Order: sequence, then C-alpha cells, then structure tokens
Amino acid sequence: MRDESRPPSLATDDTARLRLQGSWTLAHAGEMGEILRDAPEGVSEVDVRDVDRLDSAGVLQLLRFARRRCIDFDVFEFRQDHVALVSAIEDVADDRPKKKREYGVSAALARLGFAVHDNGKEILALIGFLGENMLKFARMVTQPRRFRLTATVYHMEQVGLDAVPLVFLLSYLVGAVIAFLGANILRDFGATIYVVELVNVAFLREFGVLLTAIILAGRTASAFTAQIGAMQSREEIDAIRTLGMDPIDLLVLPRVIALVVMLPLLTFIAMIAGLLGGLTVGAFNLEIPPEAYIGRMEATIEVRHFLVGLSKAPLFAMVIALIGCLEGLQVEGTAQSVGERTTSSVVQSISLVIIIDAIMALWFMQMDI
Amino acid sequence: MQPDEPIIRVEGLVNRFGEQVVHDGVDLEVRRGEILGIVGGSGSGKSVLMRSILGLRRPDAGRIEVLGVDALSEDEADREHIECNTGVLFQDGALFSSLTVGENVQVPLKEHYSEVPDSLRYELALLKVKLAGLPADAIAKLPSQLSGGMRKRAGLARALALDPPLLFLDEPTAGLDPIGAAAFDQLILTLQQALGLTVFLITHDLDTLYAICDRVAVLADKRVVINAPIEEVERCDHPWVREYFHGPRARAARDAGAGTMA
Repeated sequence: MRDESRPPSLATDDTARLRLQGSWTLAHAGEMGEILRDAPEGVSEVDVRDVDRLDSAGVLQLLRFARRRCIDFDVFEFRQDHVALVSAIEDVADDRPKKKREYGVSAALARLGFAVHDNGKEILALIGFLGENMLKFARMVTQPRRFRLTATVYHMEQVGLDAVPLVFLLSYLVGAVIAFLGANILRDFGATIYVVELVNVAFLREFGVLLTAIILAGRTASAFTAQIGAMQSREEIDAIRTLGMDPIDLLVLPRVIALVVMLPLLTFIAMIAGLLGGLTVGAFNLEIPPEAYIGRMEATIEVRHFLVGLSKAPLFAMVIALIGCLEGLQVEGTAQSVGERTTSSVVQSISLVIIIDAIMALWFMQMDI
Repeated sequence: MQPDEPIIRVEGLVNRFGEQVVHDGVDLEVRRGEILGIVGGSGSGKSVLMRSILGLRRPDAGRIEVLGVDALSEDEADREHIECNTGVLFQDGALFSSLTVGENVQVPLKEHYSEVPDSLRYELALLKVKLAGLPADAIAKLPSQLSGGMRKRAGLARALALDPPLLFLDEPTAGLDPIGAAAFDQLILTLQQALGLTVFLITHDLDTLYAICDRVAVLADKRVVINAPIEEVERCDHPWVREYFHGPRARAARDAGAGTMA
C-alpha cells in the first residue's frame, strides 16, 4: 500500500498536556495503541489539533484511552474539520450489544431438545407431504389435463437417461469387487464357482437397487432441492400460487413420476452391469470361462431374487423424490439456506433408503421369499 | 495528488456487449468532497459505468483515473490503493450470507489490516454498524434476519469499514419505503459530512437527487449529456432529461426538496 504518511507520535509539553502529531489512522492502529498505553499518568489536556490525519479508528482509540484513564472526553481539543467526525462517533459510542449465546449444560440440553423436536417435525412434514402428493395424484388421474407431459419427460431424461453411464460404471465396478472378495474366501473351500451365485443373488436382490438408489439420492435429490429451492428463494413458488397454479402439480408430481418410472429401469441396468462385472472377473482372474459362467448362471438363477430387488425400486424412488422436493420447498430466502437444505436432502434420502432396505430385507427373509 | 484535482476522471470510455454498445465516449469527472448523482434510464449503463471504475469490468476503450491512479493498470499496488480507499454498497447490500453483520464488517479489516488486534477490530466494526444507523444488537445477526433497509445499512457499514474517502452507492434507496428512503438520504449526507466522503451515487430516486446531491450527471445516448448542479440540469434541453425532470414525479420531488432546503 502507498502510505507515505508520518507515523503517529506524542509530545508532552509539561506533565499534564499531551500533544498528538502524525497520522492517527487505521494503518497505524497498532502504534496508536502502544503510544497511548505508554502515555504518562495524570493527563488533564489532550491537543489533537496538530495531527496530519485522523480517521474513525484514531478517534476510537482516543475514546478507549479516555475511558480507560477515566479522562473526560471534553478535554480533547480537535481541529475544526475533525469535529464532525468526532461528534458522530461520540454520539453512537455508548450503546453496546448484549451477550447472546450461552454455553452451559442447560443450554446444550435445550439445543438437544430443539433438535429432537425439529426432527419430529421433519418426519411429520414428510408424511404430510406424502399424503398431499397422493391426493394431488388422485386428482390428476381424474382430471388428466393437470398432467404435465413435457416436464415429466424432461425430468425422465435428466434423472434417468443422463444417469445411465454413471450407474452402469459404478455397478460394474462393485460387481467386480464382490466377485473378487467372494472368490478369495470361497477358494479356500475349493468352491470358486459359487462366486456366480454370490454375485447373482447380491445384485438381483440387494445391490442393484441399493446402489442405484444411493447414486440417485446423491445426484437427483440434491438437484431437485437446489432447483426448487432456488425458485422458492426468488419467490417463484409464490408467483406460481398467485397465478392460480399448484406447485405440487407443476413441480413435484412430474419429478416424482419421472423418478418412479426411471429408477426401476436404472435398477435393471445396474443389475446387468453388476452381473457383467462378476463375469469379467470370473473370466480374467478365476479361470471361469464366460460360457461356463453363463451356464452356471442359467442353472442357478431364480426369478424371485430379481422381483424382490425390483419391488423396492419404486419405493426408493418415492422416498428420494419426495425428500428432494420437500426440502426444496422448505428453503427460506438466502443462498445459504439452499445449500443447507441440499445437504440435508441428500443425507435424509440416503439414510432413509438404507433403513428401509434393511427393514425389507428382514421382512423378505422372515417371509421366506 | 493536488487537492483540487478530480477524485475520479473518466475519459472516452467505451463499453460493448457483443454488438450492443452501452457506452460510446463517456467523459466524467467527480470532484473531491461532492455527492455526485448518476441518473439515466434502465439499461443506460449506470451500473456498467460503476463496475468499470471499480475495475470489475474491463472497458473496451478509454481512460479511467481514480484517486490519482490509473484504474486500468495491472499493477498490484495500484489496485490495492484503489481497493483500500473505496467503499461500495451494492444494490441489495451483497452481504456474505453466512457471516454475521459484525463479521461482514470485519472482513476488509482482517484482509487489509491483519495486525489490528481483535478487540479493536471488533470495536471498529461495532462503531461502523452504529454509524450506519443500526442498533448495537444487530452486530450479532445474520443478514437473513434483517429487513431490506437494515441490510442496506449493514452493507453501508461494511463499505465504510476502512474509512475510505470515496464511496460508491448503487441505488441505495431502491426498495425502501419513502420514510426509510428519506432517512437513508439523511444518513448518507451526515456520514458524507462527518467523514469527508466523496460519493458516487447511482439512483432513480428524484427525492435523493434533490435532497443530497451536489451535482447530477445524466447518462443518455451512450454518453454523459450533462454533469452539473441540479438547477442547471433541469434547464438542459435534451429530450430525455426534460422528460425526466419535468414529469409529474419530478415536480413533487422538487417541491419537497425545496421544502427541506428552506
């Protein structure tokens, strides 16, 4: 910075009179503090008329000095062109904020309580939102003109078609990893060929749908929240309402329908990719030629695993789409709120997908399906 | 730099967006210690002019000098000289939404004067918040917890953090109710006098022009058609200026302005 100003300094004529010189500005804040700390005791007059420059940081330092030494601020003499600045600062200097936040045990308990209460409200809101959507869906079936075909197809492309490469690649890799892990253990029993069943059951029953749901929770729930949240923060949702349209019809249902249609299809792709991953590892690392691998697959595969896996897909799709849209609608005002809600929608949808998957796995096992 | 030299000098400024020419030879001088109002129709390039002067947009041609330094220079020291000596209030305050008001005001202090001790920095921020007319409690609030008018005041507090001699205001009274707008005008005037500021003020608000501006520059036809005290601007016979200053709203503002002056 170009600052050729003289540093602040202090001269004492006689014992009780201070004369300030130089620049008393923000650039010299530290020096000002030191000079004033070292100033002699028993000051009765302060002459500020000879300073080159004075800004609000300088005045503030003098005010603090006066308060610390209990000197009446009236004994400070200022130059005419500084009087306005000094009086403006003096006018506002007394008012101080109250301390707000507490850090005790009771405050921590209170925050915990609020957090639990908030979570309860979130769950209620999600259930309420599900009900509202079902109602609006029923109304849409009876009044087909409410169906937004273009928006639905657009979202199908966004959440479905555009996700195919990612879902395929990740499922393929996980399929290969499972084959590897399984083969390492099964080899000890001389049962390497059972890798085929392992990969088949794992992917048809669990991993195909679970992987797809987790990928889409990260990819799509966040996108839904950000899209709707940005609209909410710019009052577009309110505009939709005042124009006599229903934001659920217009924004939420097309997204929910698109995801409910596309997630099972993506699940199917994920299953195929996972099986291919297993096949690849079998051919290159486990000395199971593809013909043998496919023959074994044909002999042992069961359609019920496939149905179990696929039956979960629409449910996961509902969970992801509803959470994504609901969080978007709950955005308040700021850009930061959009970010917070997006994070929250991804966390909620992934957790809920895994929880529901675990419960369903138990249920299917107990039912012997 | 001589005291009577203009604090901002713009010569032959040209700004183009593709085919569209916004400025074609804008000349403008802002004198030390004045409040200069910039008016012009929507799309006449008021904000583009401000952004060019601040170095946020590189003009296609022309010279800009701010505080005796070439504003288009690539030199770090020149840039820092301008940044440390100008404060900007953007239209909606442009406060950092994740920081409290106090932290917002402390950002430039931390960046440019890191040696200032924490307690003094806090005191300075508090001082600026109160100078901007906010209650002391506002220092711990987030921008989202403030009303539009308070956000502007908080933005002003941040613009004043470094005690800059030069202040840029982009439509400070837009979106405020008339009482809030009048109070904000008075605040600008008071601060300008107390801190000895030069103010570059973009506005649509005729009341602001009459109440606080020393001179008014009119942007029309891609250039500054007149830059003079408001009485002179009123007499200008440029069609846009005539329509602006002799419409029904202008008459009311003029009468009100005359009232406060008297």
